[in-house]
Amino acid sequence: MGDVLTVAWKEWRELLQLGGSHRGGRFSLVILVGVFGVLLPLQSGAEWVQSPATVYYWGWVPLMLVSGAVADSFAGERERHTLETLLASRLPDRAILLGKMAAAVAYGWGLVLAMLALSLVTVNLSARSGQVLMFPWRFAVGAPLMALLGAGLAATAGALVSLRAQTVRQAAQTLNVGVLLLVFIPVLGVQAMPEAWQTQLGAWALTVGVDGMLWPAAAVLAALDLALLAAAFARFRRARLVLD
Amino acid sequence: MEALTRTFGSVRALDGLDLDVPAGTVFGFLGPNGAGKTTTIRLLLGLLEPTSGRATVLGFDTRDGGAEIRERSGALLEHHGLYERLSAEENLAFYARVWRMGGAARLDRIRELLQPLGLWDRRREPVGRWSRGMKQKLAVARALLHRPTLLFLDEPTAGLDPVAAASLRDELGALVQREGVTVFLTTHNLAEAERLCGRVAVIKQGRLRAVGHPDELKARSATRAEISGRGFNEAMLSQVRARPGVVRAELQNGRILLELAESADTAPLVALLVQGGGLVEEVRKDKGSLEDVFLTLMEETR
Repeated sequence: MGDVLTVAWKEWRELLQLGGSHRGGRFSLVILVGVFGVLLPLQSGAEWVQSPATVYYWGWVPLMLVSGAVADSFAGERERHTLETLLASRLPDRAILLGKMAAAVAYGWGLVLAMLALSLVTVNLSARSGQVLMFPWRFAVGAPLMALLGAGLAATAGALVSLRAQTVRQAAQTLNVGVLLLVFIPVLGVQAMPEAWQTQLGAWALTVGVDGMLWPAAAVLAALDLALLAAAFARFRRARLVLD
Repeated sequence: MEALTRTFGSVRALDGLDLDVPAGTVFGFLGPNGAGKTTTIRLLLGLLEPTSGRATVLGFDTRDGGAEIRERSGALLEHHGLYERLSAEENLAFYARVWRMGGAARLDRIRELLQPLGLWDRRREPVGRWSRGMKQKLAVARALLHRPTLLFLDEPTAGLDPVAAASLRDELGALVQREGVTVFLTTHNLAEAERLCGRVAVIKQGRLRAVGHPDELKARSATRAEISGRGFNEAMLSQVRARPGVVRAELQNGRILLELAESADTAPLVALLVQGGGLVEEVRKDKGSLEDVFLTLMEETR
């Protein structure tokens, strides 16, 4: 565990230094926090804390945040010629891999939690209803959980891509395409269904309810996270990384 | 190393290498680019598996003891491997954490290593702003941070200007002596090997060509002599070449360069030149340098 934290510490230091020296990175972060913490809650009003559908939103947001950070994990070390020195250290394979993923997950999840808190402040300040607006308990548990699993998905998939990619740009491009496919394939898939199927699906969704889909969705995401984690462990071979 | 071999497709990077590196020495592993030096280090660190043969490092077989070897070794590889966004202190702090050094011990050790290298006052600067020479020094400090038993240095002065290279060589020599560590140093800088190494091996195309103390290797080379003066000509040179013990004689920029057999004496040659009308100002005779030996070995195995 100590080794995982050591690697995560280094990743965090690098991430913070990059954020501090890279104006574009800071700007996109401010935009993201502004949109999800202020703009959308302002537009939605009280609906923001009442609609259970927004839980799924928070499973998707960390994909963008984490994929940007994790693209650099191995491809960046390879590009900057620091990977072989890291591999020549006493660190076990799993500590290197988990440390890099943990840093990316903590970054994405931490920002989502901050956005959630900010959005709550925004909604309460704008509503001025005289009472404190709070997320229902399912949301209060479900949103951070979906965000954590979403961050895990992006981190494990991102580490796999970054292990193979020669450059950070190549890894980032692959991950961006992956995130877009993940968002658009279900939407386009539903649209491509025959109308009768779409009606049946809609009726089923209404019966089950958004609340009823939370735990199965979380279970699917968790299974995907574990499968990708196992694939990343299998892919991580010092000899292969040195020769790549 | 016993018949250590590593192939990449049809390329034989290492070809049956048999070698012992005594503990406590600075061992120079010399060879031209592509000779197999970096592959050897990767094999010894357990980062690559040999195709055949075996190597034992600090008592551990590289095939299944890589983790134990890396635990006890330090390495400055082909690239310095520093995180350029981080400061020098953060770079060292990270690797100190990797080797589980506690907070107070970590800071003391960082100071102990950076002060003699003249880097302590600049420890909080991002490494990316530093010169290549400073980065190499920091990388040496990083490799020694956890007091390893064995240190791998892969061409530590490559790409440095002569002043920076000489400075790093001096500091490296002092550090290694102080730390009492066994060093496996690859280089194609022969002066560096001569200056630092107690024992050297020469490798070419993955095969071992020679091994021994630098002086032992130099003793294998022909004796050289240089005669400076005026009035030398081709006729005199022909007479010199005809004398017993003269392997080669050339006239270069008014000087006669000679390669002599072990027993050859220069006095009769000087007399011959003077009799022929030449004016001899200076005669210098010595054994070849390690560089001469190296070049000869490279020629022999071409």
